[in-house]
Amino acid sequence: MDIQDRIRQQVEANPVVLYMKGTPQFPQCGFSSRAAQILKACGVNDYLAVNVLADAELREGIKVFSSWPTIPQLYIKGQFVGGSDIMMDLYQKGELQTLLAA
Amino acid sequence: MTDTVAEMRARLACLNPLRLDILDESAAHAGHAGARSGGGHYRMHIASATFEGLGTVARHRAVYAALGDLMQNAIHALTIVATSPSENTPEPTA
Repeated sequence: MDIQDRIRQQVEANPVVLYMKGTPQFPQCGFSSRAAQILKACGVNDYLAVNVLADAELREGIKVFSSWPTIPQLYIKGQFVGGSDIMMDLYQKGELQTLLAA
Repeated sequence: MTDTVAEMRARLACLNPLRLDILDESAAHAGHAGARSGGGHYRMHIASATFEGLGTVARHRAVYAALGDLMQNAIHALTIVATSPSENTPEPTA
């Protein structure tokens, strides 16, 4: 399967997907760490975390998929939400919690 | 390092920034596992009338589009605060 199809399937099959460097337990980048912490602060523990460092094809493919050049990237119900700055912004406005609860 | 900042400023000129602060934070991140590609870490506050009416994702996309291939090599990480003239200008938070 093409990497773009693989990503599409992944974000559509899982309500919340976080593409990150490392894992929520052992993040390998401060921005990925922050993204995982924001989800935790929203009370979301049951989400798919994908470690892009474990898959070079995915690491590049995810940037193409969203036309977004950086990682982490959050998807909710198949929709690209943003990176860690945007997650923090939405969290502080209470909007991320709403998106996650919907 | 400063060359990258100068290049960023040159490329962002197309957004007619009213304010453009770029902070090079690379030294604070040297050598961490995610930064092996060698790109720098930067923090930016950009204010532009072109951001009026745009959401945060669209503003960040405009910045990324202007920076082009710098995002693939010279820049490893970029924290962006993008405001329009009618908005308050909060400082970037860590």
